[in-house]
Amino acid sequence: MIGPPLATRPYGAMAPDIDSFAFSEANQERVRAILARYPEARKESGALPLLMLAQEQHGGWLPKAAMDHVADVLGMARIRIYEVATFYDMYNTVPVGPVQVRVCTTTPCWLCGSDDVVRAAKDELECDIGESSPDGRFFLREFECLGACANAPVLWVDEDFYEDLDYAGTREILAAMKRGETPKPGPQNGRQASMPIGGKTTLFEPVQPMTPERQEASGEAGS
Amino acid sequence: MLRDQDRIFTNLYGEHSPWIDGARARGDWSNTKDLILLGRDAIVDQLKKSGLRGRGGAGFPTGMKWSFMPKQSDGPVYLVVNADESEPGTCKDREILRHDPHKLVEGCVVAAAGMGCTAGYIFIRGEFVREAQALERAVAEAYEAGYLGKDCCGSGMAFDLYVHRGAGAYICGEETGLLQALEGQKGQPRLKPPFPAMVGLYGRPTTINNVETIAVAPTILRRGGEWFAGLGRPNNTGTKIFCISGHVNRPCTVEEEMGIPLKELLEKHAGGVRGGWNNLLAVIPGGSSVPLLPKDICESILMDFDSLRAVTSGLGTAGVIVMDKSTDVVKAIARLSRFYMHESCGQCTPCREGTGWLWRMMERMVKGDCRLEDIDLLQDVTKEIEGHTICALGDAAAWPVQGLIRHFRPELERRIREQGQARLLAA
Repeated sequence: MIGPPLATRPYGAMAPDIDSFAFSEANQERVRAILARYPEARKESGALPLLMLAQEQHGGWLPKAAMDHVADVLGMARIRIYEVATFYDMYNTVPVGPVQVRVCTTTPCWLCGSDDVVRAAKDELECDIGESSPDGRFFLREFECLGACANAPVLWVDEDFYEDLDYAGTREILAAMKRGETPKPGPQNGRQASMPIGGKTTLFEPVQPMTPERQEASGEAGS
Repeated sequence: MLRDQDRIFTNLYGEHSPWIDGARARGDWSNTKDLILLGRDAIVDQLKKSGLRGRGGAGFPTGMKWSFMPKQSDGPVYLVVNADESEPGTCKDREILRHDPHKLVEGCVVAAAGMGCTAGYIFIRGEFVREAQALERAVAEAYEAGYLGKDCCGSGMAFDLYVHRGAGAYICGEETGLLQALEGQKGQPRLKPPFPAMVGLYGRPTTINNVETIAVAPTILRRGGEWFAGLGRPNNTGTKIFCISGHVNRPCTVEEEMGIPLKELLEKHAGGVRGGWNNLLAVIPGGSSVPLLPKDICESILMDFDSLRAVTSGLGTAGVIVMDKSTDVVKAIARLSRFYMHESCGQCTPCREGTGWLWRMMERMVKGDCRLEDIDLLQDVTKEIEGHTICALGDAAAWPVQGLIRHFRPELERRIREQGQARLLAA
């Protein structure tokens, strides 16, 4: 086995409830802005963004009351919202630490050493995959491909990707977070985005816009 | 090698500003009004001439797809952009979304003009938080500049564009799964037909395109379909963003001409295979869903749709995953099987049950803890999954395993024999 199966998905396991939930005033404004994107009769389209908003407001997980509230706002049957909340990976229907630490372990990251990143995260956060750290602040989980494979291995914390990691680098980043700092996201080996390390191999010429005039000069047909 | 002046994504690495001034300096939005006013037929005609094939994996001709949209419609018609980039090995759309979002936004405007769309949604995967923020800013800038809204670029065309964020599900990269998610449901793909061009988002005609496909459209219209068609090979034209990951010296994302030899791609841009070319074991050429290729095929293979199809693999998303000789190739594919098990939406039995079975069997193959005839059984089961599901996730789960059996059967047999001998000795 490469690791424990991804067992953090809480199939239907509803966590201890809070009595009631309502969007804060600031978030009600955001709810209105979100729903304005969809046709009036298609409010259900707001399900994904509204659940995310509720989760943010509640510190990283969705109690049943929050899901019920979202269902009421959207005029949907509650069961449909539970279905959505348990289908997608980014919703937590059980309490988890507010800082979500996710390690990508899919093949491209695994080839580049994601096992070391997992080990470093376990050592630094003193918890296993699918668990929260002893102080309850961090929740560690494995995630499937994060879509930054040229910068593998990747760690995703809250909003940012930390890329091109190794064991020591991962521990440093998480240690800094434990101290309340925000380490610099992106590649940790000094390169620019997904440019080859040591320098690019393309795009040397200064950016020249392809204007209609230049196009004519180069003899290319416009339309 | 592709000349720099033929590259479309001139800010691939984020060296310049991704915002509207930077985009204008790179030539975006320069004559969008003229492009819109070309009219529907001329736009689709240029796309057809360019030979552009969809960049999301399936490689369907884009001009033809656009021409499927109904000519007359008495209500909303939608453009949906698939930015749910989650195919393992693929990280190209991310660079467009965060470093060149205006290319995509402008692409949406010309695509809307080419298909008569009234509104568009860009569905971006939930994990891409910063990328979604960049895209939302670009859309807001475009509204402010009058490029979107009731009168796009002063052309008289009305088109609204919205960003919709997903919540973590690979299956939403399947076009109808994406529509379900956009409608606020579980991302379980729909049966086709009816195809989205007739019954798509909210039951209305809809075209779903990949980010890269849409983002190259304005440049194609500016420089002409012939220019794009002049790059690459017939039926495999244009430029393509390749993502090179795994055991290379300098992993990177790079825009190159279609049909570039794989070896040249790796050596020129990615610093070559770790430990030299002879240390190469295998390459997955187009994202995790396509079968891997052993070294002898990698020597001469060209990176385009038809060449890779001829060796029973595929260009897919052009996510090139390189494995050197230190790799436990069975474990690498077993990890992909786990990926598909986790991402199966659970709707069709062959996929829901089959992906889990494949993963468990692959884990035994890693250790050799099975019988020789189980290799054939494994092959049989992949064939039972392939083609028996609503969407292509079942196929995608089957192909990597089939590729492994096709090219590395001796390795599987060796493990089984050694494990058997070890068991006999222990007895």
